[in-house]
Amino acid sequence: MRSFAFHRPNTLYEMSALLGGVIDSVPLAGGMTLLPTIKQRLAAPAALVDLSKIPQMFGIAVTDGVLTIGAMTRHVDVAESAEIRSKVPLLASLAAGIGDPAVRNRGTIGGSVANNDPSADYPAAVLALDATIVTDRREIAADAFFKGLFATALEPEEIITAVRFPVPSAGGYAKFKSPASRYALVGVCVAQKAGKIRVAVTGAGPGVFRIGAMEAALESSFTPDAIAVIKVSSENLSSDIHADAEYRAHLVTVMAKKAVMAALQTL
Amino acid sequence: MSNVIGIGAAPRRKEDFRFLTGRGNYVADVKRADMTFGVFIRSPHGHAVIRGIDKAPALALPGVQAVLTGDDVAADGLGSLPCGWGIHGADGLPMKEPPFPMLAQGKVRFVGDMIAFVVADTLEQARAAAEAVVIDYAVLPAVVGVLEAVRPGAPQLFDDVPNNLCCDWELGDKAAVATAFKRAAHVARLSLVNNRLIGNPMEPRAAIAEYNGGTGHYTLWTTSQFPHVVRFLMSALVLKIPEQKMRVVAPDVGGGFGVKQFHYGEEAVITWAARQVGRPVKWVADRSEGFVSDRHGRDHVTEAELALDQNGKFLALKVVTFANMGGYLSTFGPNIPTNLYGPLLSGVYMTPAIYCNVKVVFTNTVPVDAYRGAGRPEATFVVERLVDVAAAEMGIDRVELRRRNIIPKESYPYQTPVLVEYDSGDPMGCLEDALASANVAGFAGRKAKSERDGKFRGLGFSTYVEACGLAPSRFAGRLGARGGLYESATVRVHPTGQVTVLIGTHNHGQGHETTFAQIVSEKLGVAFENVDIVFGDTDRVQFGMGTYGSRSLVVGGAALAKASDKVVVKGKKIAAHLLEAGEQDIQFKAGVFSVAGTDRIKTFQEIAGAAYVPHDYPLEVLEPGLEEQAYYDPVNFTYPGGCHIAEVEVDPETGTVTLEKYTAVDDVGTVINPMIVEGQLHGGIVQGIGQALYENAVYDDISGQLLSGSFMDYTMPRADHLPNMTIKTHSTLCTHTPMGVKGCGEVGTIGSPAAVINAVVDALSHLGVQHVDMPATPNRIWRVIQNAAMPRAAE
Ligand SMILES: Cc1cc2nc3c(=O)[nH]c(=O)nc-3n(C[C@H](O)[C@H](O)[C@H](O)COP(=O)(O)OP(=O)(O)OC[C@H]3O[C@@H](n4cnc5c(N)ncnc54)[C@H](O)[C@@H]3O)c2cc1C
Repeated sequence: MRSFAFHRPNTLYEMSALLGGVIDSVPLAGGMTLLPTIKQRLAAPAALVDLSKIPQMFGIAVTDGVLTIGAMTRHVDVAESAEIRSKVPLLASLAAGIGDPAVRNRGTIGGSVANNDPSADYPAAVLALDATIVTDRREIAADAFFKGLFATALEPEEIITAVRFPVPSAGGYAKFKSPASRYALVGVCVAQKAGKIRVAVTGAGPGVFRIGAMEAALESSFTPDAIAVIKVSSENLSSDIHADAEYRAHLVTVMAKKAVMAALQTL
Repeated sequence: MSNVIGIGAAPRRKEDFRFLTGRGNYVADVKRADMTFGVFIRSPHGHAVIRGIDKAPALALPGVQAVLTGDDVAADGLGSLPCGWGIHGADGLPMKEPPFPMLAQGKVRFVGDMIAFVVADTLEQARAAAEAVVIDYAVLPAVVGVLEAVRPGAPQLFDDVPNNLCCDWELGDKAAVATAFKRAAHVARLSLVNNRLIGNPMEPRAAIAEYNGGTGHYTLWTTSQFPHVVRFLMSALVLKIPEQKMRVVAPDVGGGFGVKQFHYGEEAVITWAARQVGRPVKWVADRSEGFVSDRHGRDHVTEAELALDQNGKFLALKVVTFANMGGYLSTFGPNIPTNLYGPLLSGVYMTPAIYCNVKVVFTNTVPVDAYRGAGRPEATFVVERLVDVAAAEMGIDRVELRRRNIIPKESYPYQTPVLVEYDSGDPMGCLEDALASANVAGFAGRKAKSERDGKFRGLGFSTYVEACGLAPSRFAGRLGARGGLYESATVRVHPTGQVTVLIGTHNHGQGHETTFAQIVSEKLGVAFENVDIVFGDTDRVQFGMGTYGSRSLVVGGAALAKASDKVVVKGKKIAAHLLEAGEQDIQFKAGVFSVAGTDRIKTFQEIAGAAYVPHDYPLEVLEPGLEEQAYYDPVNFTYPGGCHIAEVEVDPETGTVTLEKYTAVDDVGTVINPMIVEGQLHGGIVQGIGQALYENAVYDDISGQLLSGSFMDYTMPRADHLPNMTIKTHSTLCTHTPMGVKGCGEVGTIGSPAAVINAVVDALSHLGVQHVDMPATPNRIWRVIQNAAMPRAAE
């Protein structure tokens, strides 16, 4: 690891000044993704701007049917929140299934969403629940946020401060874990709100995506059987030593059915 | 005496207190005044010519003490890393043995091959300097698979090793096998792959070396399973320094599994560098470095055929294996897929004729060497899978087919057609015990329940034997060993009667400090807590071959028992003098010397006191002091074995295999500490399960890059993958080791892969599946199910 400056601002204003003022300065959340890349010398930022002392970036609250989670909320806090467990249980169980306890005790929702790892769990929920990404300068709809492999709509130095999830009438997340890393080999999130269904898939391809055919089928019949015959094409899916594209395509349908089953439990 | 904790007791492990309270002393904990830090520059290419190395930019950086390369090694006239085994091919010619330079000379042959060593005042400076060294490569095509490597036109690793073939080795009676196949009623055939594994001990390798310019002495602390062998190989053959001026210390070592039982180039380079820079040098591998430099294990491609008569009696076995050696010959490399493999193909069966041909092949991969089990899991996998294939094809129940061929207890000692003679065993007894313990009778009900849930359930058996307690030196010498394989122990009784044992084996998780103390406690009647075991330091311990091949108790424990017996013999002489009796009338029991038939006694402690304060002592005929040493060279291997039964459930929708039940009944001979044996079984079995279901070292076949180079991609088995296991022993006593012990370090790893895969295949057998390669990952199982000839239901 090369040496770098370390800043811990107390306000968003200070934070922006630091990020804008120092070339090559990078925000630090839980560090679960950032620190290993620095240690392996794959990244060598000049400065880290630690977000852990900015009060606006914390908190879990439900108001007017919308769940707001501060960007610095750790996976363990989401998993254990009574509020989330009762209002949006799929998010609590999703967070409880991320990595291992050490990762959940450090990793944050903001870091995960900003990083947009193609195998990360949160992006599937953000997209299926039609969440809004709140930044230090604007609000971005989920559909406009994820731009494929590690890419998002965030501009340079733009910081996620919170994620807003409309509370669904039903929802479920089913993940087939990579046996080695425990990231999603395929994860599918299904959510229902006001008769509308959204189905989002992570892990299978270079970025999170929705499956229109499944959404339509589930809108007419919200049952696993309704999507049992809907297959996604393996053409644009990922292949690696753990899963080939055809297997991933198959898993998408299997996990989607499981997600619907989980969603039916929450009705 | 009080607090004797002897053979068969299960005290808590002595060593755990320091480990659990964070007071272990590992190599990475060792700090020396004024020490420097070293970083190895490793090849990023699978195969390349080094056209030039420019050290200048690195040497210009702050704190840099040295940048050493292969040219410096050559200029100093240092030797290459020796191979401890020289095997011969079927043609009688010695194996091809190209040099294994400690730093690459002219060419790199695998990703991770060492090119240079950079030493600086701080680790950070060394890392920065390593990045500044400019290396000009001409990248060559790489070859990573054994079958590809021997094909005409394949990239050649060495100019003088045509077709990358190190050795074409054979064992057994080819003609007898051919004859037997001609009269066979059935021949079962199987092609299989034994997947490449990476040992991943919890503690990465590390070393720190120091040179004393005043005395010319070197000290190397290293994560080693055999410090004396490192000292010998390194001083005599590599660095060419006097052996008495070299001290090797292997302090607490956090797991080995074979990975740390080789003499590594890093050890030699760092020792040499310490003298070059005139200050101590420290290196600690990070995990990524371990993946591309720790010796890998297994990696076979095999074709096997079993000939049977119409009743299912085995007539002959023929096995052809291509074994991957990686880029160079490691310390034990060529011995593993040959001498530790071929002789085990006899299994627990009365197969009259066996022929085995092993093609030992170089590829652009990390050198392959022993990994827990080493050769014997590979052999067991071939035999136990093939038995299941034969049973399925002949319509004979798998257990029944085994019963018809298992060597009966009465037939021991049993001479196999492949060199070894099993001294003792009761495989049938283990099988019957395991069948009952695993509730095999209730399997049909459990399977029906799984079917109702849409799952496939399978049961798998592995009745196996292994050869361990390495090894009878004379026998090993005939097979190509270049060293001896005995062990030594010193029992040092102090004036207080308390005891220090100095032993040549190395404890790195096996619980030796406890087991060996139990042996001494039992033999001398000394309190368990009054026995300390010292190992891992060539300046303290006389000599030793170290720990591997399930040899520590079998060979080292035997030396310890012998040395303890010598203490008793001397003690009797002293007691005879003090008690004014004839030596032949002195009895020793439970720590007390007595004159037979009288109440005249001397305690062990009194005798020790007399030995060191010899006021009243037979000085004319006996030396003072009470310390005895013994070397023990076994007369045969030991042959632990047993029966493992795995029960799995397969989810056909995702291909996921869940291990539902695991039962192991093993014959490990005398059990010194049942808790430790159970722990060894647990660990060993889990490593075998890891091979069967999860672990796989995968190389890119074009670039030679290791694709499974971190825990994000190399799947280690985890606690939540595993069921509770039923572990039992069903022991017969070894007839030639002093205490009847057979060893238990590797049995778990040897028996389990076949049991698990046999269970997976059984679960899929209704689809016509005959074989599944390891690891049985969800993707692979899903594919197998997709490809299986599904019986078409009436539509
Ligand atoms: C062993 C392991 C297993 C894991 N398993 C899983 C898994 O199963 N599922 C899963 O989803 N994830 C998994 N992860 C990833 C984990 O969830 C991380 O927490 C997450 O990827 C990053 O979050 P972080 O808070 O640690 O971010 P950091 O590592 O601190 O930052 C990640 C990136 O995001 C940027 N960033 C951080 N916060 C913000 C913000 N508020 N606004 C803008 N940019 C920001 C940083 O600058 C950096 O570039 C795993 C990680 C590890 C190490």
